[in-house]
Formats: sequence, structure tokens, C-alpha cells
Amino acid sequence: MELTINGTKHEVDIEPDTPLLWVLRDELGMTGTKYGCGLAQCGACTVLVDGQATRSCVTSVESVARSEIMTIEAITEDTVGQKLVEAWVSNQVPQCGYCQSGQVMAATALLKQSPQPTDEDIAAAMVNLCRCGTYNAIAAAVRQAAEA
Amino acid sequence: MNDMSPIASEIMTSVNGKPFKLSRRGFLGASLGALVLGVTLPAARARAQAGAATIAPGSRVAAFLEIRPDSTVLFRSAFIEGGQGIFTAMAQIVGEELDVNPANFVVEGAPPGPDYLLTGGGRFTGGSMSVRMSYDAMRKLGASARHMLLQAAAARLSVPVAELSTEPGRVLHSASGRAIPYGEIADAAAELPLPTDVVLRDRADFRWIGKPVARLDVRDKSTGKAQYTIDLKVDGMLHAAVQHSPRLGGEPDVLQNEADVRGMPGVHSIHRLPGAVAAVANSWWRARMAVEALQVTWTEAAGTAHAMPADFSTEAHRAKLKATTGDGVAFEAEGDAQSALASAARVVEATYDAPYLAHGQLEPPSALARWNDDGSLELWIPNQAPEMFQAEAAKLAGIAPEKVLIHSPMLGGFFGRHFLYQTANPFPQAIHLAKAVNRPVKLIWSREEEFLRDTLRPMAAVRFRAGLDASGMPVALSAVAVGEGPTGRWFGRQPDKVDGSAVEGIAGKVYAIPNRRVGQVHVDDPAIIGFWRSVGHSMNDFFYETFFDEMADAGRQDPYELRHRLLADSPRHRTLLEAVAKLSGGWQRGPFTAEDGTRRARGVAMASPFGSEVATVAEVSLQQGEIIVHDVWVAIDPGSIVNPAIIDAQVNSAVALGLSSALLEEVVYVDGMPQARNYDGYPILAPDRMPRVHVRIVESGAPMGGIGEPGVPGVPPAIANAVSVLVGKRLRSLPLSKFDLRGVDG
Ligand code: FES
Ligand code: FES
Repeated sequence: MELTINGTKHEVDIEPDTPLLWVLRDELGMTGTKYGCGLAQCGACTVLVDGQATRSCVTSVESVARSEIMTIEAITEDTVGQKLVEAWVSNQVPQCGYCQSGQVMAATALLKQSPQPTDEDIAAAMVNLCRCGTYNAIAAAVRQAAEA
Repeated sequence: MNDMSPIASEIMTSVNGKPFKLSRRGFLGASLGALVLGVTLPAARARAQAGAATIAPGSRVAAFLEIRPDSTVLFRSAFIEGGQGIFTAMAQIVGEELDVNPANFVVEGAPPGPDYLLTGGGRFTGGSMSVRMSYDAMRKLGASARHMLLQAAAARLSVPVAELSTEPGRVLHSASGRAIPYGEIADAAAELPLPTDVVLRDRADFRWIGKPVARLDVRDKSTGKAQYTIDLKVDGMLHAAVQHSPRLGGEPDVLQNEADVRGMPGVHSIHRLPGAVAAVANSWWRARMAVEALQVTWTEAAGTAHAMPADFSTEAHRAKLKATTGDGVAFEAEGDAQSALASAARVVEATYDAPYLAHGQLEPPSALARWNDDGSLELWIPNQAPEMFQAEAAKLAGIAPEKVLIHSPMLGGFFGRHFLYQTANPFPQAIHLAKAVNRPVKLIWSREEEFLRDTLRPMAAVRFRAGLDASGMPVALSAVAVGEGPTGRWFGRQPDKVDGSAVEGIAGKVYAIPNRRVGQVHVDDPAIIGFWRSVGHSMNDFFYETFFDEMADAGRQDPYELRHRLLADSPRHRTLLEAVAKLSGGWQRGPFTAEDGTRRARGVAMASPFGSEVATVAEVSLQQGEIIVHDVWVAIDPGSIVNPAIIDAQVNSAVALGLSSALLEEVVYVDGMPQARNYDGYPILAPDRMPRVHVRIVESGAPMGGIGEPGVPGVPPAIANAVSVLVGKRLRSLPLSKFDLRGVDG
């Protein structure tokens, strides 16, 4: 099976129903995308599939074989992603950091679709869990990146 | 000082998955040489030996610091980073005295060793102790290193030390205009003896301590580069997943379909472990699919400590706790509570309870184990206490502690999850599996297995009685805490003594009530209990501070004013209470109508956890019976501070966790089984329920207190007190989501 991840093609030999998350992490060594729940509850595994924020723990690899997949590993090569990373740093968002790959990816999808999001847009798109409670800093960083 | 301790830096290099520069044999041998002593002795022996060899923890520059040729500093922290910002705080404290900008530090978790026993002679990251226990030692360490650099520079320039000064990262000789970067004299400095006496910087001259210095790990954590145990990989590694006995104490008997499962894709082998079965495969997903496909018959193993009773239910346990009688063993007593209650004009009584809680840290537990050719065992494990894990691993592996190498990667949240908890730690299984397959194994617990084996905050109930005089002032308070504390469970309980972790937050309150008694009735907790962020305080301050409002109401007093009056002789606390009132725009209890037309109320609470003082105000409304928390104001007095930005972040985090526990969280057992095995059944705070958080730091100059936990305890009572104003009745049990509050919206 061929996957296009961050603009590069990868050949993987794997059961087609394997979640994309584990193909990224164990087959391709891209561990920036995290496992939190495996049940579409937390969003730690968020990647972009054709620009949409997608929970890779419940996304079979065969279902994205013809899609463009973007992961956190390519975040600074993306204009929107780079802007968000700078906003994340200037707002000192992460605490333990474990949810933050998924948070940044969710924000990237949001700003690609709505470059000037309202507070409601941000609330609707930024639904990933953070056990460290960085939610206010996340919202501030998204707003700052949108204004940058 | 690049060559002062190259070996430990090699240990750390491996954490990042880079190849070792030394062969494994050389690596281990050298590390034994370099670390010298008792790499993993139990704390008491290590203390004795450290004493014998006169290693004062926190004093040997070589154990902590390596100045690299480019003048950046590699620092080995005794404390583990898990989001609380300790690596940055260490860089600030050491950098201040060493005269190196904290931004030029690279900080890593230190390996086990006597140099790092900075937490009361032992070593753990917890109790909000890291900075306050090590602050003086780390300042001295930085100053000692600077002194050695000055001496080395003096020798190089052939000038007296007195003519030299430093600026960040270099030594200056102003008379000749010469400057030497630290990196150029680090080797020479490393050869010098430790200075015995060093002068510390004056507080007024601090450039980094006390300032909102940027955290060191934020960029890596914003770009997916930070690595946690779950992300690590070593050559030849296999992956493992487990299925635990549904109830602790079960052992695997028949595996009906073992042969079929063995034939599943990528499966290497199937294993029986104490209380679990495991599959080892060439990827974790395949291991998980295999182990979950196994049809296992479980039989009861006799003699399992804390085996889960087949009929255990949290509801029945709660009823049992609440039904106990008697005053229990006294923990704190002042005056004569009993007679004062007997002669009081009015007596108020209430019983409160709080549920079990799971940690819910976002990184599921894992462990990577590798047996090396020389018989040593290498472990990469999330942990808050490297030496304790090392000793336990050695025991399990049947080898000497110094043959166990512990790596302590960044933690994806901890909140008390990663102490040594026997059945709640995956590393014993990883050790066993790595031995069995003769390859390195990384074991990850699925979120479902984590919910099955996490340690829980204990369930507790408290019976309160308060006596009021004719004017409504409290004259007596008796509290009886019922349950079991985690400290007694894990560090030994004396039957005739009260475990402080069961009563902290009921005892140690600051109000001037003349006759007080706090007692405890111990009841064994059938669950595997553990430390949960702010431990006993996480529920006890809820109990006490909400009952306080009941006393105030019974005596027809405003709860803020009553606190204020009872703190008349306690200026530190009164100042803090006034600070939070001011921060929130002046105290108002409500109900009042907000600008958006909603009916709102406020609650206030105070807490004295982990050496810090905290006052909290929360503003709430109700919408369709759902509690909305709009704003939380927190005034915190940790005595003195290292990084106000990190304190602000930690208070935000504590508010989120306190709110989550107040509104949503509850571990429920029926027939000995947890009803929730993932976040769908155990909801934690989502972003749409996060309030605005306003923080005011008060530096009273009192001895330094903790930061990581103190923000939690005031949040549940402040919220519950506000909700009670809106609904007109007291809510004496958590989480509040279980009360039907429809029909009382504003
Ligand atoms: S790991 Fe995918 S949503 Fe939690
Ligand atoms: S930063 Fe720790 S879970 Fe979000």
C-alpha cells in the first residue's frame, strides 16, 4: 500500500484495517503523533487528511491510501503551521506537551479553513483534550496566529 | 567541564534514541566507575554510604553540570519533567549563580545516584517539593561551578581571581579587556577541587530567578519533537501488549485459542504473566490485536495482596464509610471540642463524601526493557522516583541494583501516577517479557488496561459537627475522616497513628475556632489507592471549606466575612483572602444577575497545601441544570518564587483539574470491575468547560512552598459553595454532575 505523508510517498506492507496512527508510529517511526485513547476521545492522534483534522487512531490506513496526509513532523514546513508554532511558543502553551501535537494539528486545520476564525469557530474546532488544562493558552495562541 | 561526567551524558543520549558512542559493555563498566557509589541503593543505605563517602547530595558539580565547548550547559536534574516546568526552574536557579542564561541550558533527568537524593535524603518528584527542597543546594552548586571557572581563568590569564568577573557564559578580565568563554576553560575547571565556601548572588541582583523566563521545552513540545517513554525505540526491539485479569488477583488459566492467536500477523509469542497475559509482536497494534483476541479463563490466585473482591461496589463502600461511628484516633486537637459542642447554642452536622478518581494523564503507561550481554538490565520508564524503581527492578530481575540502568524520560503528565505502585506499573511485565524473548521489549498499556490498573485517589467520607455560640460564631468543630490514605498504604501505616494523607486539608486549617478536634477512623480501602495531585487536600479541603459555609449559613454570617473574622490573628491568610477578593473585583456572594442576564453566584475557599497558601473564588451559573463555571480567581502565596509564568500556568492547570474533579470525575466499580475503561465512560474536563482563570501571586517572604499541587484544593469547594447559593441546598458529595439541578436556572 502506498501512503503520501508530508508530500513523500511511503510503501507499507500492513493489514489494511490497521489504524493510521500505528502505521505512522511503528512502521514509519513518526512518533510525533500520539496515542492517548485509541477511541476518538482525546485527539492526541490528530493529523490532517486532505486538510481535515482527523483522529488517526480510528482511521484505517486503507481509507487514506489515496489522500494527502500531513503530520506534526512537517508542521514547520507549512506556512500556517509555522505561524501556529510561533504562537504556541510565544504563549508558552505546552505543559507536559503530550496532547500538543494533536492540538497544533487541529489548529492548523482550522486556520486553513477559516483564516479569521471567530471565538465560536475556535471553540468548535479545538475540542481535543488536555489533562494539563492548557485550554486558555491554546485559544489565545490560535487567536494570535490568526492575527499574525 | 565536558569530561567531568561523560558517562551519564551517554546514558541520556540513549534516551533520545541516538546510537551509543560506547559499546554497551564499556558503557556499563564506565558508568559504574563514574557514578562511583551505590547507584541504586535503597534510600537509607544510600544515605549512609553517601555520608561515609562524604557525598552531600546536590554538591558535586560534576554530577550535575557539563559545560560544553560552545558554552552551553548540560544539566542533569534530580527531578523529572512532566509539565510542571521543573527543568526550566532548575536552569533559572543554577544559571543565576553560574552566570549562564537559562536559555543556554539543556536539561535532562539524572540517572539514579547518591548525588541526587535531594528530597529529604531520598529522591522523588512529588509533593510539590522539587524547588523548595533543592533551591539552596542548586544555587550553591551553580556558584561553586562559577568559582571553579574563575579559578581556571585566573590560571590561564595569570592574574589573581580578584581581578576577574563574569558575564553570562564567559569570564572577564576588565583590566586587560580579555574575555574567555566558559566552554574554553571547562576542562581545566573540572580538574579543580570543589570550593568549600561560595558567596551567593544578592536577591536584588537576580536576572532570572523570579522572572517569567521562557520554558526550555516549549518549542520541541509544539513541534512533536519531545520524546516520551512511549515514543522510544532501541535496536531489535519488539512490541508488547497485555490483557489483565478483570479483577486484581486473577491468574491466567486456560488460553482457549492460543494456537490461533499465535498465528495472527506479526505475532512473535504469547506469555503468561502474574495477573495478565501478554502478546509480543513486531508492532504494538498487532500485539494488541493478538492479546485482546485471546480467550482467557482466569482463576483466583490465593494470597494476592489487595485482591479485588468479586462483590466490591463503590456505592456499597461509600455507604460503609458514611455509616461508621465513633471519633476515631485523634490527629489534631485544641481546646475541648466535646464540651464546647455540648454547651453550644446551636450544633450543625453534616457528612460529606468524595469518589475514587483516576489520574487520566494523557500518556498511557509504558516501559522499555533491554537485557544487555553483560547481564545488566536497562529500563526506560516513566517514573517519579528513579532510585526506588531501580531497587524494585533489581529485586524482580534478581540482579544487583547497580546492574539496573534507569532512564527517566519526559512524562506525558503524571499527577501522582508514576510512583512505585507494584501492580500499577508496567515495568515488571516488560522485564519479564524482554527476558523471555531475549530481545528488547517495549510494552504499552492500552488506555483500557490503564483504567483497569491505575491507582485511584481513595474514596473518603467525613463527619462534621460544629458548635455555634448565640451570636452565630463557631466555637467548636469536630471532624472525623473515614477511609485510608495513600501514604500509609505505600510507606507503612502504624495502627495507632493517623496517616496524615488521610486528614490533610481538614487538619491544619487556619481559622481561629477555639475548640477543635480532627480524628480518623481507618477503613481498609479495597482498591489500589495512590497519590493524586494534591493528595488528601484534593478532597479534604472540599469537605472542610463547604462545611465552613454551612456553619456560616447556620450562624447567619456571610462566608467571606466569617473567614475574614476568623483570620484576624493570621495576617498572612487575611492578606491573601483580601487579595483574592480584590482580584475578583470585590467580594459578592450573590445570587446576582450578570450582564448576559444569567443568574450567578460566587463561592470562596482557602487552603494551605504543600507549604503554600491559596485563596480561591469561583463564579458559576446554571444552564439547563448544568453547572457553568465562568471565572476562577486564585491568589497564591508560595512565600517566594522562581518563575511567575510557570506559576500562572500551574494554577491554570490546577483549576482545570480541580474543576474536572468537582464536576465530572468518578471511578465507579460494580462487581469488582471498573465501569469505565476509557475517557468515554470517565469524562475529563473538555475545553468548552474551561473557565477564565485569574492569578495573583503574593510573595509574603515566608519559607518557600510548593507550586504544582496547591492550586487544586480550593477549586471544588469554591464551586460547590457558589452552586449551593444558586440551588438553595448543600451539595455534600462529588462529582456535582450527579445532582439533578434542573429547574433552578437563572
Ligand atoms: S488517541 Fe485518537 S483520539 Fe485519542
Ligand atoms: S499539555 Fe499535558 S495533556 Fe496537554
